[in-house]
Amino acid sequence: MAEFKLKIRRYDPESGAAPYWDEHTVDLEPHRSVLEGILQARNEKDGSIGVRCSCRAAICGSCGVRVNGKPGLACHTHLDDALASAGEDGVIEVEPMGNMPIIKDLIVDMDAVHWKKIQRVTPWLIGKEPVPEREYIVSRESMIDVTQSMACIQCGACVSDCLSMEVDPLFVGPAALAKTYRFVGDPRDAAHEQRLKDLGEDKHGIYDCTHCFKCIEACPKGVAPMNQIMRLRRIAGNDFHIKDRNNGERHEMAFVNNIEKNGILHEADLLPDSYGGKFHPRAVPELIASLPIVVTALLRRKMTPGKALLHPHKAPDGVKRIFEVVEGREERTEFNLYISGTDADNAPNPEVAEAIEAAEPAGVAPDGSEGSSA
Amino acid sequence: MKVAYWPGCVSRGFTAELHGSMAAVAPMLDIELVELDRANCCGAGVIAEHSQELADTLNARTFALAQQEITQGADLMMNICSTCQGAQSECQQRLDASAEYRAQVNETLADEGLEYQDGIINKNFLWVLVEEIGLDKLKTLVKQPLTDLRVGPFYGCYIVRPTDRLDINRAQPRDEYLGQVIETLGGTVIDYAGSHKCCGFPIITMNKEASLEQAGRHLADATDAEADCLVTPCPLCHLNLDLQQPMAAKQVGRDLNMPVLHLPQLVGLALGISPKELGLQHHIVKPTSVIDWSQAVVGGVSGW
Ligand code: SF4
Ligand code: SF4
Ligand code: FES
Repeated sequence: MAEFKLKIRRYDPESGAAPYWDEHTVDLEPHRSVLEGILQARNEKDGSIGVRCSCRAAICGSCGVRVNGKPGLACHTHLDDALASAGEDGVIEVEPMGNMPIIKDLIVDMDAVHWKKIQRVTPWLIGKEPVPEREYIVSRESMIDVTQSMACIQCGACVSDCLSMEVDPLFVGPAALAKTYRFVGDPRDAAHEQRLKDLGEDKHGIYDCTHCFKCIEACPKGVAPMNQIMRLRRIAGNDFHIKDRNNGERHEMAFVNNIEKNGILHEADLLPDSYGGKFHPRAVPELIASLPIVVTALLRRKMTPGKALLHPHKAPDGVKRIFEVVEGREERTEFNLYISGTDADNAPNPEVAEAIEAAEPAGVAPDGSEGSSA
Repeated sequence: MKVAYWPGCVSRGFTAELHGSMAAVAPMLDIELVELDRANCCGAGVIAEHSQELADTLNARTFALAQQEITQGADLMMNICSTCQGAQSECQQRLDASAEYRAQVNETLADEGLEYQDGIINKNFLWVLVEEIGLDKLKTLVKQPLTDLRVGPFYGCYIVRPTDRLDINRAQPRDEYLGQVIETLGGTVIDYAGSHKCCGFPIITMNKEASLEQAGRHLADATDAEADCLVTPCPLCHLNLDLQQPMAAKQVGRDLNMPVLHLPQLVGLALGISPKELGLQHHIVKPTSVIDWSQAVVGGVSGW
């Protein structure tokens, strides 16, 4: 057993009092979880500590909190690891998740934010018609592809720290968009295009993600919501050519074409092209709005008129060739580490191989055929 | 040391003072820059959003060009942009993970006679400062300690997340390096809410309000924490924090006047290079506080 100091953020909105820190020392084995620490403090010291949990095994998703400022599952964080990431005073800080209102202490209102957003994306399969007499037949690969988004346990850790949601509470957010990919990636679903059009046209949809990696870092299940959002954008733009009113698809294509042409980014073209080109009606107000900045930039010689208008750089032939080859492929290659693993992960483990070798008569596999045990 | 140097696009475009200041500080730190002038844009995550293989192949090309320099004596590849670091690391992770995938990418590169071999070392200038040059050595090079200069670090998402891909851990706290550098240069590190958050730049054309709201909040938080300036290793963050600062101020309804320095500029000031040579006059927000500080230190810098 060892002693751990827990500092718990307490807040009861109904009391009218301000939030405060509450410190307790708990006595547990180091491999026990932060959740067990909180529960010991509640059971032995102060029965009024508010915390939500159920499975205690990283399955139900109800114990999302922030430990030392990072979001995660309290039941899935060992006390010794939490101590190692604690500040110099060696006190483990436990706070409620962010971006959601606090009901009491560590319990946040998941209904008001997280579940509402999940509801927003029609989180069920809209089956293709005609409905087959028996089951839908799909390829194995296509189902493996959606397993990553299906691994979500709805804990809200990604929502807690999403930086776009912090400034734009209407943002649909990481968990709900990962859920969207679960259906857009599913060949049985009939509404891929509608789903993408809906979330592409929504100002707070797929193009509102600022690509901050917070949700990837937060997720205890490896769902990598941001990567799912990028796949949604890829399918929306490349497969359905959805020209959304938020300029998401235009910006992506303006960037890609800019590099194909110049090899390196020519920023002066990027902005107008993202709005549809210098003379596009959408671009004009944007360009006028940024005029004062352009003038200051010119005065400070940050930009020179020459640099803004000329194209000093032409893409090397090698770059052009890459665009030709890769863009010319019939199917996009997507290499997802979550599914494929690395060569090192997939290499036969010598210890295991040896054990199998030792357990079996040499050269004969369990099914009786000849072969190596690898 | 000698590095295969990828300056990036923005550092030669809208923030040309970044590339210039890097060139100015490099010899003082004994870094020889071999510029990869045939290399291409890292894609800034946007090309990967369009096609992963396209981004991977473009960056494999840059790596292959860098590896040619490494065979000829460069120690590693160096970049000066958080976004380049993150976007390139992401592609490298996929390329290094699978020989089969690498072979597919190399087949495209073969037309140009290039090949990427797994395991390139590609470090941002910030990492080079701490891990290759070392803070002890850096300290001995300081000519004008940044005494009384209150500096807020601003990292940029791409250089601090995801931690496993970027090898950030307790033994290698790369997400604390900016603070360590500021301290080594003699400055005061300002702790404020936004240091590891997003500048908002990636969505500036899609949701301008949300984008500027992010920049504006961080600048306001730093102001409230009484920072004299911010320092960033990311030129794209610089665009939203400096170039767009007047718009960000409007968005959050506050007067903001927060100078934002590029990392090599801050290092250069402490090494005794003049603000002008470091290109501080090209910033949108005049770095008056920084200039006042440097004038107080050197007793007058002319040429504004
Ligand atoms: S990457 Fe996008 S969805 Fe994920 S936390 Fe950042 S802004 Fe939110
Ligand atoms: S995506 Fe991950 S972090 Fe977000 S709710 Fe699902 S399991 Fe939790
Ligand atoms: S209690 Fe179920 S996930 Fe933690």
